[in-house]
Amino acid sequence: MGDRSTGRSWFSVMLPAIPVLAVGLSACGSGAGSSGVPSATPSPLCAGVNTPPGHTNGVASVSGGASSLSGAGGTFVAPMMSIWSAAYNTSDHVQVAYQSVGSGAGIAQVQAATVDFGESDAFMTDSDIAKAKGPVVQTPLVQAPVVVAYNLPEITSGLHFDGETVGKIFAGQITTWNDPAIKKLNPNVNVPNLPIAVVHRSDGSGTTFIFSDFLTKESPTWVSALGGKDKSVGKTIAWPVGIGGKGNEGVSAAVGQNSGGIGYLELSYAVAQNLTYADVKNKAGSFIQPCVKTAANATAGITDYPPDLRIDVVDVSTDADAYPITGLTWALVYQKQTDAAKAAALVNFFNYVLTKGQDVAATADYTPLGADLQKLCVGQLRKITLNGTPVAA
Amino acid sequence: MSPASAGGIAAIERHPLPIALRGERRRLGDSVFGAAVALTGGVVLLVLAAMVVFLVLQGLPAMRHYGFFSSITSQRWAPSEASATLSTPNPYGIVQFIYGTVLTSLIGMVIAVPLAVGAALVITDVAPRRLRRPLSSLVDLLAAVPSVVYGFWGLFALIPAIRPVVDFITSTLGTVPVIGVPFGGPFFGVSYFTAGLVLAIMILPIIAAVCREVFRSTPRNEKEAAVALGATRWEMIRIAVLPRARSGIVGASLIGLGRAVGETIAVTMVIGNAVLHINPSIFDQGATMSSVIANEFTEATEPFHLESLFVVGFWLLIVALVVNMLARVVVRRGVSL
Amino acid sequence: MTDVALPAARFRQRPALRRRRTKNAVMTALLLVAVALALGALAWVLVYVGIRGFSVISPSFLTHNPPGNPAAPGGGFFNGIAGSLIVVGIATGIAVPLGVGAAIYVVEYGRGRLRGAIRFFNDVLIGIPTIVTGAFVYAVWVTRFGFSGFAGSIALAVVMLPLVARTTEEMLRLVPTELREGSLALGATRSQTVLRICLPTALPGIITGGMLAVARAMGETAPLLLTVLGNDLFTQLNPLHRMETLSLQIFSNAVTGYEQAQARGWAGALTLIAIVLILTAVARFFGRRVQVENV
Repeated sequence: MGDRSTGRSWFSVMLPAIPVLAVGLSACGSGAGSSGVPSATPSPLCAGVNTPPGHTNGVASVSGGASSLSGAGGTFVAPMMSIWSAAYNTSDHVQVAYQSVGSGAGIAQVQAATVDFGESDAFMTDSDIAKAKGPVVQTPLVQAPVVVAYNLPEITSGLHFDGETVGKIFAGQITTWNDPAIKKLNPNVNVPNLPIAVVHRSDGSGTTFIFSDFLTKESPTWVSALGGKDKSVGKTIAWPVGIGGKGNEGVSAAVGQNSGGIGYLELSYAVAQNLTYADVKNKAGSFIQPCVKTAANATAGITDYPPDLRIDVVDVSTDADAYPITGLTWALVYQKQTDAAKAAALVNFFNYVLTKGQDVAATADYTPLGADLQKLCVGQLRKITLNGTPVAA
Repeated sequence: MSPASAGGIAAIERHPLPIALRGERRRLGDSVFGAAVALTGGVVLLVLAAMVVFLVLQGLPAMRHYGFFSSITSQRWAPSEASATLSTPNPYGIVQFIYGTVLTSLIGMVIAVPLAVGAALVITDVAPRRLRRPLSSLVDLLAAVPSVVYGFWGLFALIPAIRPVVDFITSTLGTVPVIGVPFGGPFFGVSYFTAGLVLAIMILPIIAAVCREVFRSTPRNEKEAAVALGATRWEMIRIAVLPRARSGIVGASLIGLGRAVGETIAVTMVIGNAVLHINPSIFDQGATMSSVIANEFTEATEPFHLESLFVVGFWLLIVALVVNMLARVVVRRGVSL
Repeated sequence: MTDVALPAARFRQRPALRRRRTKNAVMTALLLVAVALALGALAWVLVYVGIRGFSVISPSFLTHNPPGNPAAPGGGFFNGIAGSLIVVGIATGIAVPLGVGAAIYVVEYGRGRLRGAIRFFNDVLIGIPTIVTGAFVYAVWVTRFGFSGFAGSIALAVVMLPLVARTTEEMLRLVPTELREGSLALGATRSQTVLRICLPTALPGIITGGMLAVARAMGETAPLLLTVLGNDLFTQLNPLHRMETLSLQIFSNAVTGYEQAQARGWAGALTLIAIVLILTAVARFFGRRVQVENV
């Protein structure tokens, strides 16, 4: 007969065991986290201090600016924007609330006019602007390399990659780390027999644009796997394989949490999280470590900028010391402003970014704009109007 | 106005209450109040109706452009191809999201329903009486933990804990041809299965709570009859409690299913967000209807992208409505709460 | 409570009986395992968040905003906590009067089909995915007025409204009919009866329901992604602007790879759990019998 004492004794045994079990489980879980290892020592190209450019050619400060600005856009520039925003708030007491939501979101929110300014690492195309509520002034703010970061605990030096191999990995055609193609590029490295965990963006992303632009230029396999050049480059990609991470933040987290993970990130994310990243083969055929200096080399030779500054700088340099996957990131502002205070605040903030802000960039693993381009960018600020007259004096 | 209250006016005139007003003004105030509460009641219907209408209106351009049912006949979501394939096929197929929602919910249910029924039975019929209240409060507490916390915990605590187990499954069962396909590796932590597991924990308390009420409604004399006939405790549960609770358990499970179907943030954090197509293994990455909305909504720039996300929202609403209405009908029939 | 004392075994054990007893023991053990697993999961979540949160949380966490550089240590979620309180506060201000009104209609005034429809669809509204609510508010509000704390309040109000209506309805039903009849017999009108007799009697339960709805809203994240958007670094107390909320802050810090940001995320998760559990505990103290589906 089922007497009650049976039930009670079960209970007295089970109940105290529960928390013990739970603590045990939590203890074995707490070891997780980004298990990145320090990246390789800087190559000779990257060694040394980055010199701040010290631009002084900004526009005069416009009075009557609003005390806060609302911006949203690429995660690529988000760490930089946070630093600019905090510094600018300290010096000029204006709060620039920048939400790191992805370049696609930056453009979408400009089109919907739900923010004061947008930001994207892929400039707005004519069809993007057609969907906006008026002409948009686009100005580059800073440039930076997109790195191919990976999580292989034993390998602390930069692996060598070329565009075709990276293209095959992200197309799902190379699935383990000890694939002959990877071994061939890294004959002296003992690459482990681990499955490759591809990590890409789940959101519309300018970083994706820069990365897929590079793959499209360098990897025929990538282009054919995606079904043609019109589909193999863009802010969103029909990824055949992989984990989708939200923002550069999410990609870096997923790479850090998965042994065997590989993903593409803006440099400062990889540096801050101690992720190892690859040396990538450039047009001149050399394997280049990404850093502020090699990214600067990638745009150093460009002199003929279009008047609207919409230019693709990814993998165009033939400089032997240029890191190929280097991109610009653009601020997106409506040209015809209607609110005087907001217009003044916008001009003042971006003026700060293009002058003093460039000095801060070099210390945060972002690459300041070259002098030629910076001059043109200040010119873009002068195009912003309020009721038909330019805001900047 | 009932005759009773009409007669009461005289009583009030003899013993005036401070709240009493003159007849007409009182009646006017009464009907204004009645109209006001009726209006607030109407807000509930209005919100629900507006939701359906707005989702349809916002999704309509995409539905019109690609064909009304084209999204639920295609399992390929590729916004990047939208400008290239402006007519057909619809690059915004959502079958894989419906699959993700159904699969993760099913995994959640398979785990949660037995546990919840068991927990509810312990609370109503097995545990010592003084432990029943604390036990039921503790199980309820599971529902108080916010979704975003479950997702966070899932990423950092659950995934490392299940990794060895899943790696074992993928390297044994997963390598068998054909039947091994749904269990194939490699396992990268975030997956349909992980999302299902987190969902199981999240829907367990709600299923347990409804089951508890259902089991409590078992007539005492039937239990006594079973025991008097010499039944063990388990036999009593099987003979007296479970048979009449069947529809209640189904209803409780449906309410849990309704929660699972709509759960967003925790799932988005642990499912891996692979939107392109259905991945055959439960240990592979995927996406659900709600996760794709959360991920892509604020940044849709491709043609018909935002509209198609509203289409996803519309179908999600339809699924949720059907599951919830079914649940309410079954529960109402099964128990008089 | 229908508990039955089982008589102790008196017979000599026969094989069949032994089998039945074994089965009973096995099934009882399985049931207990179910409870143990449920409570184990709860303990695991709470202990894990507790351990990671307590190692980071400090008074300054509650009074400071995050540092500009996400990789930097220190800082806190003051902006998110303040934003959550404001957004949820406004949502409560919208949802409670509407929810209580709807419940009064259903219990005290409504008749026939409309009353049935409101009851039924109120229950259905509880089950609507909150991300859909967010998309709805985006379409109705954000496309016209932009992201703002208030847009989030509207979304949360839609989440809370049916919960408040549901508990209030349950509580009003518990008010004895004799009280109503007595009041009406004394000549009070229906509205007076509702306002002076029924609502005060049901008040503790209504407060409970309201607090549980607030607890639920505090933890909501998905609809806020589409309506509030967030405001990472700054304290914004004006609900007509973009704000940060605690839940959004936890989400964005949870999915980032910066260890210091994750650490702040854990402290935030601990703060949120503490707020929600305190609200839940106080609510349960107020009213002991609360509709199960609002837990």
